[in-house]
Amino acid sequence: MTAISEARTYTSDEMMTVAAARALRDGASCFVGIGLPSTAANLARRTHAPNLVLIYESGCLGAKPDRLPLSIGDGILGQTADAVISVPEVFNYWLQPGRIDVGFLGAAQLDRFGNINTTIIGPDYDHPRVRLPGAGGAPEIAASCREVFIIVRQSKRTFVDKLDFVTSFGHGAGKGDREELGLPGAGPVLVITDLGVLRPDPGTAELTLTELHPGVELDQAIAATGWPLKVAADLGRSPAPTADELATLRVLKEAR
Amino acid sequence: MAEIVSLSAAIAELVHDGDMVALEGFTHLIPVAAGHEIIRQGRRDLTLVRMTPDIVYDQLIGAGCARKLIFSWGGNPGVGSLHRFREAVTDSWPVPLEIEEHSHAGMANRYVAGASGLPFAVLRGYTGTDLPRHTATIKPITCPFTGEQLTAVPALNPDVSIVHAQRADRNGNVQIWGLLGVQKEAVLAAKRSLVTVEEIVGELEPKPGAIVLPGWAVTKVAAVPRGAHPSYAEGYYDRDNQYYQDWDPIGRDRQRFTDWLVEQGLRPVGSNA
Repeated sequence: MTAISEARTYTSDEMMTVAAARALRDGASCFVGIGLPSTAANLARRTHAPNLVLIYESGCLGAKPDRLPLSIGDGILGQTADAVISVPEVFNYWLQPGRIDVGFLGAAQLDRFGNINTTIIGPDYDHPRVRLPGAGGAPEIAASCREVFIIVRQSKRTFVDKLDFVTSFGHGAGKGDREELGLPGAGPVLVITDLGVLRPDPGTAELTLTELHPGVELDQAIAATGWPLKVAADLGRSPAPTADELATLRVLKEAR
Repeated sequence: MAEIVSLSAAIAELVHDGDMVALEGFTHLIPVAAGHEIIRQGRRDLTLVRMTPDIVYDQLIGAGCARKLIFSWGGNPGVGSLHRFREAVTDSWPVPLEIEEHSHAGMANRYVAGASGLPFAVLRGYTGTDLPRHTATIKPITCPFTGEQLTAVPALNPDVSIVHAQRADRNGNVQIWGLLGVQKEAVLAAKRSLVTVEEIVGELEPKPGAIVLPGWAVTKVAAVPRGAHPSYAEGYYDRDNQYYQDWDPIGRDRQRFTDWLVEQGLRPVGSNA
């Protein structure tokens, strides 16, 4: 008996949310989807990034909710926003010209180049095994935000060798594909999971594991990935959530 | 000048079998009562249009009103999937459902083109995705000035668009505030329109951030208090989040859904009573 594992006081979902929140820079503008991205962005605004500008596709620029919204059009978002605008305006005037720093997306399936599927599960579009909600704002968020962060729980079901459908373009089949298609933003620069953090390799754009969360073994991350996972030579450890981060996150979640 | 009528008269006159019908409202002001009236009156073979088909579209699809769905995101917001929609796609229950799938940016621009009287809209969108391969209404187009490769999507011009608003005056001028979604574009793109409102007032008091749809741009107005429930009407009532949660087990099961239709006085498919 060597290692005595320290009793963890937080869940892997909490670690993922905290890691995602930390990645958001104070003062940045962030296009936020509901669920994990919204939780992380709201945590960031209540901890290190009070001037983070939250943009929801329902037409809320600079929303400042005091509890977690339950949908992207929750009343609290419009009531606290700097400006409420129409949906065509969100996409045409704000997203498309590249005014937004970070697009924060989730995924049902993700491949090694950060391409995302939220459309169907199964090989046949006309007869899908599972019909998922579809694209929403994601294809253009992935194309036009300056950077894209993806937050997703890591498993073989999600981290797949080949997507059943490309809903949102990441790095295509590798470095240079975005430029070739004329996509203005940098694409996915960060993938935060419940096990660790991945970043695209600067040379190939293939997602590479750069950090493990505390208590997670490398084998776990490899086993939860549907392709031979690349691991950074200087693989790091994410710092555990601080007491303050956890307390703030829990208050936010309870205040629903 | 918009005619002020009852909801049942408005649906009977404006919505016909086989029509293209858009019910819009982006989370806020969803015209749910009007959707239920369409089910109650047993409309069939509709092409339903909506950026974010949620519970009321799940109900319309499950009740067998739709032949086709044009959309960009179909789910129960904050809860999960729409099971009637899923089963219509995967099992053709109760009837087959053709889908025409877009992104939000594409759908919003299709309404803008429709409202503008243009045949199509141009955007920087869909690039690199599998959507153009499966959706015939997404085509590449070259900018005649710069040579840039862009995307064209055709205008949406529904036979009928239905939206919900806070209030109207007796001349049918409609006032809407809070999140506006694509309601204005949907109404202006349509051949005919119905606005259900919380109340009809003598005079529309100005409100910060409100828009007015002039009565001469709207076909019919019907007073339907709480007509957006379980979504919300800013200034009138909050979103009924519990309803969205409670829908999940009902929508998940064919029998429970059919029972729900009967309980609500909406008729299930095949019943011509």
